[in-house]
Amino acid sequence: MNQVHPYMANSAAGSRAAMMSALGIDDVESLFDQIPADHRAGVTTDVPGIVSEAALRRELDRRLRGTVSTQTHLSFLGGGYWNHYVPSLCDEVAARPEIATSVWGTPSSDHGRNQIWFEFSSQLGALLDTEFVGLPVYSWGCATGHALRMAARLTDRDVVLVPDTVDPERRRVIDTYCGSPDLPGSITVREIPVDPATGTLDLEALRGLVDDRVAAVYVETPNAWGVVEHEVQAAVELAHSVGAEAVVSVDPTSLGVLRPPGSFGADIVVGSIQPLGIPLNAGGGVGGFIATRDDERYARQFPTLQVSAAPTTRPGELAFGMTLFEQSSYGSRELAKDWTGNSVYLWAVRAAVYMTLLGPQGFADLGTTLVRNVRAAAALIAEVPGVTVRHADRAFKELVVDFTATSLTVAEIDAALLARGILGGHDLTGSHAALDGCALYCITEIHTEDDVRELVDALKEICA
Amino acid sequence: MSVTRRYHAPVWDEPVVLELGAPGRRGFVPPAPWSDDADDAPLLPESLLRTAPPELPELAEYEARRHYLHLAQETLGMMGISLFGTCTMKHNPSVNEAVVARPEVAAVHPRQDPSTYQGLLGIVHALGEGLKNLSGMDAFSFQPGGGADAAFLHVCVTRAYHASRGELAQRRQIVTTAQAHPCNPATAAAAGFEVVTLPVEEDGYPSLEALKAAIGPQTAALMVNNPDDMGIYNPHVKEWVEAVHEVGGLCFYDHANFNGVMTRVQAAALGFDACMFMLHKTFGVPKGGGGPAVGAYGCSAELARFLPGPVIAEVDGAFVLEEPEQGVGRVREYLGNVHQLVKAYSWLRAMGTDGLREAADLSVLANNYMEQRILRVPGVTRSLPGLGDPRLEMTRFSMAEITAETGVTAVDVQNRMSDFGIDAMWLSHEPWIVPEPFTPEAGEMWSKEDIDTWIDVLAHVLDEARTDPELVRTAPHRQVVAKIDPSGLDDPDRWATTWRAYVRKHGTRAARGGVTA
Repeated sequence: MNQVHPYMANSAAGSRAAMMSALGIDDVESLFDQIPADHRAGVTTDVPGIVSEAALRRELDRRLRGTVSTQTHLSFLGGGYWNHYVPSLCDEVAARPEIATSVWGTPSSDHGRNQIWFEFSSQLGALLDTEFVGLPVYSWGCATGHALRMAARLTDRDVVLVPDTVDPERRRVIDTYCGSPDLPGSITVREIPVDPATGTLDLEALRGLVDDRVAAVYVETPNAWGVVEHEVQAAVELAHSVGAEAVVSVDPTSLGVLRPPGSFGADIVVGSIQPLGIPLNAGGGVGGFIATRDDERYARQFPTLQVSAAPTTRPGELAFGMTLFEQSSYGSRELAKDWTGNSVYLWAVRAAVYMTLLGPQGFADLGTTLVRNVRAAAALIAEVPGVTVRHADRAFKELVVDFTATSLTVAEIDAALLARGILGGHDLTGSHAALDGCALYCITEIHTEDDVRELVDALKEICA
Repeated sequence: MSVTRRYHAPVWDEPVVLELGAPGRRGFVPPAPWSDDADDAPLLPESLLRTAPPELPELAEYEARRHYLHLAQETLGMMGISLFGTCTMKHNPSVNEAVVARPEVAAVHPRQDPSTYQGLLGIVHALGEGLKNLSGMDAFSFQPGGGADAAFLHVCVTRAYHASRGELAQRRQIVTTAQAHPCNPATAAAAGFEVVTLPVEEDGYPSLEALKAAIGPQTAALMVNNPDDMGIYNPHVKEWVEAVHEVGGLCFYDHANFNGVMTRVQAAALGFDACMFMLHKTFGVPKGGGGPAVGAYGCSAELARFLPGPVIAEVDGAFVLEEPEQGVGRVREYLGNVHQLVKAYSWLRAMGTDGLREAADLSVLANNYMEQRILRVPGVTRSLPGLGDPRLEMTRFSMAEITAETGVTAVDVQNRMSDFGIDAMWLSHEPWIVPEPFTPEAGEMWSKEDIDTWIDVLAHVLDEARTDPELVRTAPHRQVVAKIDPSGLDDPDRWATTWRAYVRKHGTRAARGGVTA
């Protein structure tokens, strides 16, 4: 290679020659003697490099030109993945190269990053009212999967009860984590039916499902239809009545307003950190959390890494080191509590900054704005002839909008909205027997009344 | 940077954020509701409402910014020299961060119709083509959020493959080696398989005979890396793959250590059914302290039908999202860490085939250059010192002689090296098959001078270990904080993952006379 490359200091001839000279070789090929000749296989196609950043940038920009996003278009997409405002400070801190390029370090030399991780756990714990919080896992679905496995280990049981409203994308992750019945240690997933009239759990049905094989009752509030579970405490108590763990999923943006799960008996709390200052990234903004009370029984089942405050050899000083590392897959290989590895720790940094910026009043205001906006939006959307909005009286920031009385499918409506510069709610058809012809509309703090009126006007035209 | 450079880490004595601020301050004000009927009845039943506000900090925006910038400055990361072995420290180009911050990446919602973000899907597709070119595999999934998640995907694919043939109940075992990354046995066990771990033998890898004795009709899959973390390449790996195929098992190539063999070895050409590349290591994506990461999972045409959806396909010039007919469902929601895929694509384009070849050459050259210098440092030995071949992209060393002589451990040396602006080196994954191990990896980025400085600092610290062991044992002395006291980390009465737990167990720092805001 004749081209000196900006990413490789020693591609300059002198450095390379100096190292070769020190080794007494005149061809690097001799360093690869370990690889047998019949293992050698080059690439199928030679691809030239674009060494100049200027040319590379043009190539990337060209490819991305014309992309529709939630910024070019008015968007009502949600469904476990929400278009909240991302404060600029979240971007600024997460972009700091000290943090963005860090790898592992020591508690002394990467102290700042470790402290941010501790502050992530501390602030999230304050929102949830739980005192033991792990570093984040890949996603909400992965957090739920791990939590259900924790419950199975804690109870030595093999059935979990999961609402039939759970978003199919997340449910597939849960099913994967619960394993295959052909192999040991698998968990059977049974569905708790929802009452289609209220959009909340059918408690009578749940009462009939709990028994001494049940390891966990899983509840989401708000659920995947955007509905706040009014009887979440009763569901928790039903779990406890048979010795099962109550695994509760919450939306952190609701917790300035709604009761925190730690206060109503939730044993393992999970959810998404995406709404806490993390961009959508076409699906790359996901991240999940797992939290419990600070009780050894639960702590010793965590699959995650977690940082703990600890003293240093200097009096009065705090450092932050890994606690319960030995039970992770790094420490115990196949005997570990599930597995861990690289996760989404940079998102913990964003979430920490977000929670600091909002503070207690910010979360209270945010929750209030979300509830008031979604209720007002429901009333406006219901003005569209043939369109009804379900469960609006229990909505938090999402609405099930029923288009079955129009002669159009959700796909047709979304296509017509897109032509008008609007990303309509995503199609719920096929996700639940009660939802054919329905879409999920998400209204957040970034939407204005004009935005919703623009949607309503468009829907009136389309559905006319 | 030399040993004599005057270095001291920034020290702000920064309080925990919950110790900062004052009641009533605001860092961010959300928009008010546009329907502000504050006098209306509550929109939620009283019983569901939070009664006490969350104990979050109350800071003005500038205070929040100053706090987090102080903490950023109190992070060494890659600002000095970091030869963190097994993780392949790379240059993370600034242009990639600039591109993914654009709304064409950052503000795309995963539930948008695929027709609305064809350019982005095109980049992901092109990245897949690039990885097929390097591996010889037929299909890729980018859903796994890291290397361990790709290993988990492989065990899920293994389940689905054997279930489709009616053999899953019989194929209960996954075979791996003591030098495979811990995520391989851990994910296999989590998926319900028994794990068989082959020990390392005198040549640096388990023998073919040991493998053959361990496999049979009960074998579901083999999961191995090659070269391993000692830089040793198993020359019999083709025979391994043939032997496992003969008994009906699948073979997974954990390409964690791809850097040294890029453009020289293709997983498919060696017979593997599946492989995994870590884009946050080998492909220039920043590590973020532990993700967002990508374990790009490649597999043969036969296994492609088991991949999790959505997978990107090109149909009549358009990119569409498809659900493989016998797919394993999901290991994680959506397409994967798409912004990181854009960075990996950009890195691959910037390098080209020649650049990849050069990077492999330079990383192996630099490792061997480093090795001959490090082995001249008294008290340092090479793992399996009798082996003659040059190691590939990294070498595992031992400082057990130093420890025996002085009591100074590899962890102490890590700490002391940080006093010179050197980020911690990697020691070893479990199990430690050499005592007091350490595993630097030069990669292709670091200059010869940086590598020389790193070795100079190591030699200096090991010399200190002999002349003034207390200085090394009590290190660091020029870092953000002093050495952690780990004695309470696993003690339920003392551990604290949250500030509230800390205060409950230990009281506030002010009460103990410590730092106050």
